[in-house]
Amino acid sequence: MDWEAFALSLRLGALTVLLLIPLAILAGRALAVSRSRGKPAIEALVMLPLVLPPTVLGFYLLSGFGAGSFAGRAFEAVFGTSLVFTFEGLLLASLIVNIPFAMQPIQRAFEAVGPELREASASCGNGWWRSLWRIELPLAWPGILTGMALTFAHTLGEFGVVLMVGGSIPGETRTISIAIYDRVQAFDDAAAGEMAAVLLVISLATIALTFFLTQRIGRRHG
Amino acid sequence: MDKGLSIRVAQAAPFPLEAAFDVAPGEVMALVGPSGSGKTTVLRSIAGFHKPQQGRIVCNGVTWLDSAAHVSLAPRERRAGFVFQSYALFPHMTALENVMEALSDRPRGDREEAARSLLARVHLGTHGERRPAELSGGEQQRVAVARALARRPDVLLMDEPFSAVDRMTRRKLRQELEELRRELPMPVVLVTHDLDDVRRLADRLCVMHKGRILQSGKTAEVLANPADQTIADLLDIG
Repeated sequence: MDWEAFALSLRLGALTVLLLIPLAILAGRALAVSRSRGKPAIEALVMLPLVLPPTVLGFYLLSGFGAGSFAGRAFEAVFGTSLVFTFEGLLLASLIVNIPFAMQPIQRAFEAVGPELREASASCGNGWWRSLWRIELPLAWPGILTGMALTFAHTLGEFGVVLMVGGSIPGETRTISIAIYDRVQAFDDAAAGEMAAVLLVISLATIALTFFLTQRIGRRHG
Repeated sequence: MDKGLSIRVAQAAPFPLEAAFDVAPGEVMALVGPSGSGKTTVLRSIAGFHKPQQGRIVCNGVTWLDSAAHVSLAPRERRAGFVFQSYALFPHMTALENVMEALSDRPRGDREEAARSLLARVHLGTHGERRPAELSGGEQQRVAVARALARRPDVLLMDEPFSAVDRMTRRKLRQELEELRRELPMPVVLVTHDLDDVRRLADRLCVMHKGRILQSGKTAEVLANPADQTIADLLDIG
């Protein structure tokens, strides 16, 4: 069992959830209430990482983050480190790859709140923040939980993009799914099987816990 | 009109709308007409949920909308109590919390007592701890009325408030509202397509069709003397 890779995956998953979910809440809510004509185009863009082959996405991220790119040079100038083959680059890639997993359930949850409850909240004198905090977030909570679980579980399992952008540097970019691949390549089936089982249990537990909590919240709201 | 409500709204698109009327404090104005006649849009314009292309809405001396002067207060800045057709109660809150939500401008310590008193006023004093899903349609409507009154609104707007309940409950709720309205100091605008509601509750009525007011006046006068056959047909008194 590669505990270092396991810990790195957990750290990557937790940080991705922590950074992405607040943004997904704001963007998902904005898209849910938007009546803009550009909405379908933005929604398509949000979904793109879901349908693009991971290697294609990884290639573009590698080109976009590389030392020759503007983003890569700017990041290196500010933080003194490269974006490719580093944990920071992996995190950025993870944030981009997970946008649809976080955004989709959250946007749908905000859409389900409906315009009448927002209007009722406004007629109670609630401003944007108070309405979000008091009315919309509690009602959209099951969708937010689902977004968190999907993002976390997907980050643990992401392989193609991680390999392209991060490679397999122990302690820096080697996640548990890369470690499983390395072990299989080395014909170490016992270690690969152990890590695969751990990943399976964590993923299953995350999704099961999410379903349990969303069902409980759903029952409470009638 | 310094006190009360004065509204003039007009738009050509997305659907034509032209309406103008005044409602005095304590007076109930009913907007009557078939579906799509624009009555709910007028109500939503007053609350600020719909922004007509042109218009001026003044309530209790405060200008809520003046398109010529580019004035348009946000819905939360307009003191309008709104009873939605589907009640739009917050499903994760109890009846008491629903009413307290509209009392956020009052000191925290006073809110619960004020909310309980409002619930008692609509005969729901013992149901405060129940969530909307645990209340009947009639009880939900009463919570919606209590919540709309909680902000001490300058106007009470009611969109088909009895449409989601059965006939028996409807009669009971209408009777309760009849009693309540005598105590209400603010203008009330009631959207309905039920003439019984109009007869029992409204001092005046506006008959709307295709976005325009065809006739307005005192309830008894309009019902007795519809201006033409179209209005008589719309009121089903032909």
